[in-house]
Amino acid sequence: MTVTEDRPATEFGSPRLRKEDAHLVTGRTRWTDNISLPGMLHLAMVRSPMAHAKIRSVDTDAAKQGSGVIAAFTGADLADDHAGLPNAWPVTPEQKAPEHKAIAVDTVNFAGEIVAVVVARSAAEARDAAELVDVEYDDLPVVLDLNDAAADKEVVYPDLGTNVSAVWTFDSGEAGTGGDVEEAISGAELVIKRTYRQQRLIPAFIEPRSTVVDPTGEQTTVWSATQIPHILRLMLALTCNISESKLRVVAPDVGGGFGGKLQVTPEEVTTLLVARRLGKPCKYTETRSESLMAAHHGRDQIQKLTLAANRDGTVTGLKVELLADMGAYLGLVTSGVPILGAFMYNAIYKFPAYHFTCTNVFTNKAWTDAYRGAGRPEATYAIERLMDELAAELDVDPIEIRERNWIKHEEFPFTTVAGLEYDSGNYEAATEKAKQLFGYDDLRAEQQRRRDGNDPVQLGIGTSTFTEMCGLAPSRVLGSLSYGAGGWEHASVRMLASGKVEVVTGSSAHGQGHETAWSQIVADRLGVPFDDIEILHGDTQVSARGLDTYGSRSLTVGGMAVLAAADKVIDKAKVIAAHLLEASADDIEFASGRFTVRGTDSSIGLGDISLATFAAHNLPDGVEASLDADATFDPVNFSFPHGTHLCAVEVDTETGVVELRKYVCVDDVGTVVNPLIVEGQVHGGVAQGIAQALFEEAVYDESGTLVTGSFVDYLVPSAADLISITTDRTESQSTTNELGVKGVGEAGTIASTPAVVNAVVDALRPLGINDIQMPCSPSRVWKTIRAATSSASARTDGGAA
Amino acid sequence: MIPAAFDYRAPSSVAEALELLNSDAEEVKVLAGGQSLIPVLRLRLAAPTLVVDLGHVSDLVGVADDGDAITIGAMTTHADITDDPLVREHAELLALATETVADPQVRHRGTIGGALVHADPAGDLPAPALALEAEFLIAGADGERSVGAADFFQDYFTTAVGEDEILTRIRVPKHTGWRSQYQKFTRVKQQWSIVGVAACVRLDGETFADARIALTNMGPTPCRASAVEQALVGKERSDETIAEAAAHAADGTNPPSDVNGDADYRRHLATVLTRRAVQAAISG
Amino acid sequence: MTHITVTVDGTKYSDEVEPRTLLVHYLREQVGKTGTVVGCDTSNCGACTVHLNGRSVKSCSVLAVQADGADVSTIEGLSTNGELHPMQLAFHENHALQCGFCTPGMIMQSIDLLNENPHPTEHEVRDGLEGNLCRCTGYQNIVKAVLAAAGATDSEATR
Repeated sequence: MTVTEDRPATEFGSPRLRKEDAHLVTGRTRWTDNISLPGMLHLAMVRSPMAHAKIRSVDTDAAKQGSGVIAAFTGADLADDHAGLPNAWPVTPEQKAPEHKAIAVDTVNFAGEIVAVVVARSAAEARDAAELVDVEYDDLPVVLDLNDAAADKEVVYPDLGTNVSAVWTFDSGEAGTGGDVEEAISGAELVIKRTYRQQRLIPAFIEPRSTVVDPTGEQTTVWSATQIPHILRLMLALTCNISESKLRVVAPDVGGGFGGKLQVTPEEVTTLLVARRLGKPCKYTETRSESLMAAHHGRDQIQKLTLAANRDGTVTGLKVELLADMGAYLGLVTSGVPILGAFMYNAIYKFPAYHFTCTNVFTNKAWTDAYRGAGRPEATYAIERLMDELAAELDVDPIEIRERNWIKHEEFPFTTVAGLEYDSGNYEAATEKAKQLFGYDDLRAEQQRRRDGNDPVQLGIGTSTFTEMCGLAPSRVLGSLSYGAGGWEHASVRMLASGKVEVVTGSSAHGQGHETAWSQIVADRLGVPFDDIEILHGDTQVSARGLDTYGSRSLTVGGMAVLAAADKVIDKAKVIAAHLLEASADDIEFASGRFTVRGTDSSIGLGDISLATFAAHNLPDGVEASLDADATFDPVNFSFPHGTHLCAVEVDTETGVVELRKYVCVDDVGTVVNPLIVEGQVHGGVAQGIAQALFEEAVYDESGTLVTGSFVDYLVPSAADLISITTDRTESQSTTNELGVKGVGEAGTIASTPAVVNAVVDALRPLGINDIQMPCSPSRVWKTIRAATSSASARTDGGAA
Repeated sequence: MIPAAFDYRAPSSVAEALELLNSDAEEVKVLAGGQSLIPVLRLRLAAPTLVVDLGHVSDLVGVADDGDAITIGAMTTHADITDDPLVREHAELLALATETVADPQVRHRGTIGGALVHADPAGDLPAPALALEAEFLIAGADGERSVGAADFFQDYFTTAVGEDEILTRIRVPKHTGWRSQYQKFTRVKQQWSIVGVAACVRLDGETFADARIALTNMGPTPCRASAVEQALVGKERSDETIAEAAAHAADGTNPPSDVNGDADYRRHLATVLTRRAVQAAISG
Repeated sequence: MTHITVTVDGTKYSDEVEPRTLLVHYLREQVGKTGTVVGCDTSNCGACTVHLNGRSVKSCSVLAVQADGADVSTIEGLSTNGELHPMQLAFHENHALQCGFCTPGMIMQSIDLLNENPHPTEHEVRDGLEGNLCRCTGYQNIVKAVLAAAGATDSEATR
């Protein structure tokens, strides 16, 4: 058997079309909501319209009389069946956290919180009956404004005595990674102070969350639209007091996550509890309105920033004071999200002093948690906006000011003021390439012409030279940050008798294309055809160990685990090959799927060894009849992709409309396994970052009702609102993993937001404008322009008088 | 989400439909395409006991030449209106506005009658209907009556069509040779209008012989920008004339404030968009 | 319950439905066409797009009873004899999908778009897809795929 035919010399780096597509473009899909089991019951949630209230009574009697209704439960009914929902990241030992039951028992703390669940034979009947549940509330003061909340004007949880959940600090002086920031500020030639608002966003994955639980049989099976089947299994076991071995969690096809499905949700817990109570399969699928209201949100921070610099443009210190809105509860990693940003404010720069403090605050809004980038977009936005402000202050080109501060390529590895060791990078190369592709000088010239000509449509150019820490992994580092778990990843490679290969990965893809990329890695390593490899994932019964997909970690950690498992297969096969070829294992070489006795033409293919191992007729003594191998990979460091994004916008000063004119990004994500997939990740990431800059914001009214509670008002851009962007790459390999890969899932989102807002501000800077709060909506832009021009004319008038 | 239960009837004539509206059903809703109604039912913002679907009343569909006007059946879809040669020739403004409604899928199903009777202040069809001085033919138990556009739109989501009546057709006076433009202002493409300006002018040589301008979402109902019209008519076309006239666009309006912009911003937008609409109309 | 007869992907189905049943729920739950999905409740996302008598509609905004006597095509009826429809192929070849949840609606709308305008510009493609939301791709490769399916030259497709 030859297994090396029909495959390119190398899969690695080739733009393989995706394996995943075949079923997705034909509708042969397995979304959780597609699942239908005999006798399956349907859940409908009753949600609080109040943001903060005592629950006086919940009357489910009428609902229980409804057509097809099997049961209805209140918070009190299910309270004893489970512990509170988990927070896996207590960022300080003193962190305060309220108990979070799946269904509110005594008080509701945000509008959309579940107060009762109705179970019926059809989804329609469940919804009908849910309307009949009568809940009486007594109003409590609603805590919405983040500053007010931090000042404890009113408190969400009187028992906790404060809205402050935790205060987390990093100081480079204390850590020994840099100087004292107060000294830097007091001795600075120039100090720039800004306060930026990271508006609240909603991940808005397009597949609404859905959970099906089948409690029949020995093991309870949970299908859920989740990014984290493995973590979910453990957490459901702990929360619901079920033996982990009695739970199987399956993430079938999952329609996007972006951090939004990195959660252990009240809906999942409720569905599990109800199914176990009733002994019947149960399904809950949320509506979009419910999703926007109650699935966790992202961002929502106030960033108070102080940058100290010399007149030559060298930054001498940065002080960051954050207020981070937790919302009403701490989700799985809610409290850690702003902390992930702590290490990124110094970005690609050589700052000598840095101080970061973050105050985590409760409000009566939906809980926040990871959303694409999680902490790092916020940090990158702040510093990249500040670098533009510094450039403007000194009248230096924004790219020039960055160059004066960034780490030069020959300075890697470089330990930053935040204590991270950046292994590789080349900011000069990425920036130079981006400038060329962008036509930077020409656009600057056009900008000048428009300024000179007083064009009502002004041109702005924005720069973002970002980096991020990704491959959220090194278990020891995560442990030092008090994260509740590690960051390793697991893989198995199974050699089938026919020479086909099954790869089991602990990464849980939901659009990332792991089946394709992992196949490419294994195809090269084992020398088997791409199409002979099957990637299995997302089912704890198949993939027993894993830590799932988030934080741009899949390739850098999960991909490495796959590689390590493949290497173990080769090692095992080599022993058998030597035996079959009657040679010493030391003389066996492996290449392109064949084991060869060095210096001879005596060889055997991996497929033949696989068959021989299956038959087990002639194995060496003491060798097991299996080539299969498991591996767990835990990297020693994060990876640090970087890139330069340049954006040009046209701002209609009459209406405030911002039109994207051109967007160029050159990303360095290390070695690339599949350029098609990498490019796709950048496209999508950039679009989401642009959406933060221009379109999206979760808005609450003064009573705590989500105003942007449907896609009518929460403005996810469509194709008609975006432009085609230019993507390119430079490549400096990561030195912390064998593949040299860095991760790309969040890069675009992290980089693009400041590039766009810098462009908007740049367009309007001649008017004296130095900030516009996100999203830069037409009305906000216009009002900023109007305020600037009226104060300018007031100054002129004053001067004339 | 799933609508609350209701009975459904699909009459094949207006007379039959009127009978159903007069039946003793507790709350009746007319389904005229359903592109607004069905989402409303899904969100359970309305829970009628009977839904009367006009989708099978074939004589409510189509555009016809009616001498000095064209008549458009209430159940004619947005997509069909957009492509209709009579509408294009005699009421181009309506075609241009209809093209901006929602998205292609919705335009395939949604109907002009449905949109006009729904009378969403942010909907795009009321303003052009007002600007074109359309006449609304409404059938009831006592026969058909005609209501002018100025009297048709009464308040938020409220028109002259009574609970037991049906809008059958819209009669639009021919505006053949007029120059038209609909300026729709949104934050993302698929969105209800933040402000819209429907402008339609007739030039006599270089002079504005006539001008009809109406505004979307500048109050509970569409409104005519009469001050702008007056300021244009009789004047020679020039950027200055147009700008001076358009400055009056928000006179007497009462626009809402919401997450997309406050009243102040909408007033400002109305002036800018009116200027641009007129400029674009005459340059086109 | 109301009796309806609907042809879905070439097969005729006769069923009793509640009048309130949305076409998308009828397709998914009674006909078993789970390839068509629900993404929102305000008819914004377009994930549920199917063809009703040859034109694209959002099947979440059509009642099943309204489809009585009609011909419905879904994503599941596009490929014939194992051959992908050119639009399905274009989406695959241009990496125009990631998680794939919006894909059925996106493909159905894209086919309708080319039916109405066989040679669209990039701008026309973008406008024609205004009623379909995708959170993964940033739309770039979707637009590219539609232009490719329309037989646009490479330079137009990548502009």
